[in-house]
Amino acid sequence: MSATLPVVASMFGSIPEPIVNYVIWPTTKFVIAFAVIMGIVAFTTLVERRVLGFMQARLGPNRVGPQGILQFVADPIKLLLKEDIVPAGAQKAAYFIAPMLPIIPAFLAFCLIPFGPPPTFAIADVNVGLLLVLALTSTGVYGIILGGWASNNKFSLLGGLRSAAQMVSYEVPFGLSIVGVLMLTGSLSLVEIVRYQEQSVWNVLPQLIGCFIFLVAMTAEVNRAPFDLPEAESELVAGFHTEYSGMKFAFFFLAEYASMLVNACLIVLLFFGGWTAAIAGHGLTTAAMQSMGWLGMILGFLIFGAKVAFFMILYIWFRGTFPRYRFDQLMDLGWKWMIPLALANIVVTGLVILIAQSGGAS
Amino acid sequence: MANYSILLIAFLIVLSVPVLTIFLIAPLVRASRPSKVKLEPYECGVEPASVAFDHRFSVRYFLVAVLFIIFDVETIFLFPWAIRLRQLGWFGAIEMAIFIAILLVGYFYAWKRKVLSWV
Repeated sequence: MSATLPVVASMFGSIPEPIVNYVIWPTTKFVIAFAVIMGIVAFTTLVERRVLGFMQARLGPNRVGPQGILQFVADPIKLLLKEDIVPAGAQKAAYFIAPMLPIIPAFLAFCLIPFGPPPTFAIADVNVGLLLVLALTSTGVYGIILGGWASNNKFSLLGGLRSAAQMVSYEVPFGLSIVGVLMLTGSLSLVEIVRYQEQSVWNVLPQLIGCFIFLVAMTAEVNRAPFDLPEAESELVAGFHTEYSGMKFAFFFLAEYASMLVNACLIVLLFFGGWTAAIAGHGLTTAAMQSMGWLGMILGFLIFGAKVAFFMILYIWFRGTFPRYRFDQLMDLGWKWMIPLALANIVVTGLVILIAQSGGAS
Repeated sequence: MANYSILLIAFLIVLSVPVLTIFLIAPLVRASRPSKVKLEPYECGVEPASVAFDHRFSVRYFLVAVLFIIFDVETIFLFPWAIRLRQLGWFGAIEMAIFIAILLVGYFYAWKRKVLSWV
């Protein structure tokens, strides 16, 4: 890694090599990625309001800056200046800790997600990357249920419970839909999964059902429309964050959009070929990008960004198109349709792979 | 090249942002004029009749959590088998089929007992 940038590397000349490779470089990359992602997440909120506005034949925010593009700077400033209300009778400690919890797993997952061709864009290429990302994203539910419980508000309590029930219900099809991909690729490393896809074909084709389940589960997982029941404003006011205001609300909001971004990155990496644009080893593969030097790296990053942007727009598109589910319909869909479908997908995929293997061997 | 140290560093970096803004920066700049009515928990403008923690909620939330644990553990057990599918071959597939079949018995029992339907 340090060989690619000899000038910068010479600044760390006196520091031992492992510390540079394992601590300083990843930390630098993470700080840059963290700042960029914060910006992207803030910008997504503006894009959402703007796109949703056009979908509903209205303008959306267009006053701050040209075409309203500075709205994403104005919003955090407004939230920073807002009064911070702690409702009477709230559980103080839990009430203050809750907003900090969901953003930690959401941003930690970005350590493990490769944004472009390795080694430059992969902060930590871990063998069990996918497993760690799954473990991290499933802890996001704690902040929500704790915040809902601590607020001393009936709407919050119900919203938090609903949110938790929904998130854990869809965690199961979320995990099961990935098993098909693992059977095909034989690796938990996100980089290896992308490498497999560039050598054969995007996983979305052999794993169409798995991809569909993943798409539904990832939308439900982050409580987005049409599964935005925890925030069903017609019945639960604002769900678990009814009593939260100012920066505490901002962090819940930030965590939701960061989780959306994590899930969009995951679906691109698992099913849509990540940063590559190649079929059966032809086209822009990882090796081709690495041989092109910095240009190839940036090209890979842009391809990845374009794919992720599509899925971020898709979330908004869903919200503009689908009516909200009822809670019993949501649970039925998760437990009675998604789980059997995901299990059937695993059985069929496994049988096809094994039959193809034994047919090839004999 | 396993590199897990970054996770700890990243944890501290990410944690520092909400801690700094909520406890350090926001108190300096934000407005603060609390009043008794403003601090009441929101209940559509009516004075709250009871404390929210005292309220009971449906046992179904608990049942969903229990079912989740069973099925999530199942998913985690499927992962290592899925990765080594080709090496384990038919032996592994049959073992896994038995494992899934046992879980399916419980799944259909729960379905029959109407644990999965939410009304």
